[in-house]
Amino acid sequence: MSGCDGCAGCATGTLVAPVAGNRAKVVAIVGPPNSGKSTLFNRLTGLRQKVANFPGVTVEQHLGKVRLGGGREVVLVDLPGIYSMTPRSEDEQVTHDVLKGRMKNVARPDAVLLILDSTNLGRHLTLAAPVLSLGVPTLVILNMADDLRHRGGNIDTAALSQQLGAPVVLVSASRGEGVDAIFSFLEKETSAPVPVELPIIQDVPRCRVWAAKIGNNAAYQAPAPPLWTRRLDAIFLHAVMGPVFFAIVVVAVFQTIFSGAKPLMEGVESLIAASSDWVGSVLPESAFRSLLIDGVWGGVGSVVVFLPQILLLFLFIGILEDSGYLARAALIADRTMARVGLQGKSFIPLLSAYACAVPAIMATRTIENKRDRYATILIAPFMTCSARLPVYTLIIAAFIPNHSLLGPFLGTQAAAMLGLYVLGFLAAFATARVLKSSVLKSERTPFMLEMPPYRKPTLQGLALRLLDRAKVFLRRAGTVILGVAIVLWVLANIPLHDGSAPPIEQSVAGTVGRAVEPLIRPLGFDWKIGVGLITSLAAREVIVGTLGTIYGIEGEADSKGLQQALQRDLDLPGAVALLVFFAFAMQCMSTLAVVRRETGGWKWPVLQFTYMSTLAYVSAFVANRAVAVFV
Amino acid sequence: MLQLNGKSVPPQGRGEQDPAETLMELREGEHGILEALEVPEDIAQRLMELGFIPGSRIVAARSAPGGDPRVFRVDGSEIALRRETAAALRLRTLLTTQLPDVS
Ligand SMILES: Nc1nc2c(ncn2[C@@H]2O[C@H](COP(=O)(O)OP(=O)(O)OP(=O)(O)O)[C@@H](O)[C@H]2O)c(=O)[nH]1
Ligand SMILES: [Mg+2]
Repeated sequence: MSGCDGCAGCATGTLVAPVAGNRAKVVAIVGPPNSGKSTLFNRLTGLRQKVANFPGVTVEQHLGKVRLGGGREVVLVDLPGIYSMTPRSEDEQVTHDVLKGRMKNVARPDAVLLILDSTNLGRHLTLAAPVLSLGVPTLVILNMADDLRHRGGNIDTAALSQQLGAPVVLVSASRGEGVDAIFSFLEKETSAPVPVELPIIQDVPRCRVWAAKIGNNAAYQAPAPPLWTRRLDAIFLHAVMGPVFFAIVVVAVFQTIFSGAKPLMEGVESLIAASSDWVGSVLPESAFRSLLIDGVWGGVGSVVVFLPQILLLFLFIGILEDSGYLARAALIADRTMARVGLQGKSFIPLLSAYACAVPAIMATRTIENKRDRYATILIAPFMTCSARLPVYTLIIAAFIPNHSLLGPFLGTQAAAMLGLYVLGFLAAFATARVLKSSVLKSERTPFMLEMPPYRKPTLQGLALRLLDRAKVFLRRAGTVILGVAIVLWVLANIPLHDGSAPPIEQSVAGTVGRAVEPLIRPLGFDWKIGVGLITSLAAREVIVGTLGTIYGIEGEADSKGLQQALQRDLDLPGAVALLVFFAFAMQCMSTLAVVRRETGGWKWPVLQFTYMSTLAYVSAFVANRAVAVFV
Repeated sequence: MLQLNGKSVPPQGRGEQDPAETLMELREGEHGILEALEVPEDIAQRLMELGFIPGSRIVAARSAPGGDPRVFRVDGSEIALRRETAAALRLRTLLTTQLPDVS
């Protein structure tokens, strides 16, 4: 999957091929959702799998190596959370398959780290029954020790260990407290657990009674209820204040992304302009210099400018996910989702599709009902992903004059951006409604969602997220966008006429663009936009780089120049049509690839591509005509 | 996008003194003891894994605007359920005391 690295969520790990015979020990991390499995995995391996404060973050297996003393290592497997050994969704199936040794590329685990939330041990211990009865050496890890202590809970780990017949440690995965004991477990030769007694594992009430008894025998004192969570919910789930708060946050986010990022973006822009001038001054006039300045700086530079804006968006998403507010948003959205035949659980992947559709489509694995899941996969690309942000920003900045709408709180440009987000959302909803009342009709599955306690997002956690995101963005700029820019520069400079480049309209790129022009003329686009539409099939933001290169060759490289050049080539109806086109069109190879993988065939991705392209074309045409009537 | 109209659900058709018969009828802050789960087998299984086990004490907490879905406190966690599901979880009426929860 070529463009897959564009999205952090889809790095499936088959990083360690098990060597037959003398292979490294495989240890699986098992536990209920949101108990801190990925946090522990990251701490032990030094990798950075996604951690967030809601159930169902991890949806596939991830492998990593833990280095032990004497050059030995074990293979650690991070897994999706489970409530029992009866899988009910795709993500739970993954854990089940790995534990039973039925997963390709992952050997059956030699040992298990069972990680439970110590602040909710009564219920979490219930999972110990089926896991211990697997008969695999198990270390029982009671996580969130910091939280337990704060809220005045207590547990006698020695007594618990005696009851379970397996070693027990109390740790804080996020702080690293008590993690040494986990290393020594991994070092040792370990034996299968010998619990004092085990209940019939299919009988949930009996397992719960067993867990209560074990907890009692280990003097478990449940902590006081999370006071802050109750206080915050009194606001966020208040009948009036809750929605008002939500609306304020949304408006603030759009205004900040639009105007707050401006100084930073201008900073990046002047850096790029300065470096471009410097390259121009040290190199002699040549084709190579033109390739660097027009192709590379013009193409890649005009996309890199958007880095601050994208990081700001990810900062907001990070706060939303780490705080635990996301689960509340899903709760509030459930009734609206019910109207189109989906449920609140679909809302979580849809929200993460604001970052990127690829991890969002993966995240649908937590939806139990297959038809609900497919419907969510099919509508996810309508949500405004971060790759659309540069395109929207560029065109809005060039064509929408900035007036204030709500004093300093909301300007017309931010409002236009908000409007495009809403447009994507409406398209998603209408599509879901059609799908759920026809081909994907199904019984309503009950909505059951666990509300995690609120947690304070840590600066370090947010900073790491942004760092990873910046790396992904720059890597993409350095590969896909750079590659397209170079190829495009070449195509815009051949065939040579008497040893010099042709006028750009006569070049290969120009010829291709002019060939598609009749098709897109009705939408108000010229051949340059046409070339951009073709290259943006790889990924949406490539169009910005492409226009940067084309106008660069024409002599207007930097982004102010890009805006002015666009104003000359596009009228307002054309600009609106272009925005609408990008809101609806499926221009993303990575998304198509992941839809194929998750639905197991070409049927759905082909349908999705056709539907979205048609919708984009027709709507852009209608938008163009409608605006033309007004102006 | 989100449910912004705070259209409230009609009163739950239960007088001040009548005991709640299902989870749906609990008002915010009230609690009851679960008696039975009148839902299909596999859904009952998952609900029980989430803590809704007959005999357990359940407190009705906050809800989405409009009263649906509602969050229930059960066995140390907070789980959101839709009205239709809550209506299928029957409470023990004899022992039910609808005093405000103090915990
Ligand atoms: N206070 C505290 N919070 C923790 C600790 N360990 C993890 N967390 C937080 O718990 C939340 C869940 O952590 P994850 O590691 O994503 O949990 P998970 O078990 O991988 O969750 P799923 O992948 O959804 O099953 C995050 O907000 C973490 O920051 C801990 O020791 N103490
Ligand atoms: Mg995880």
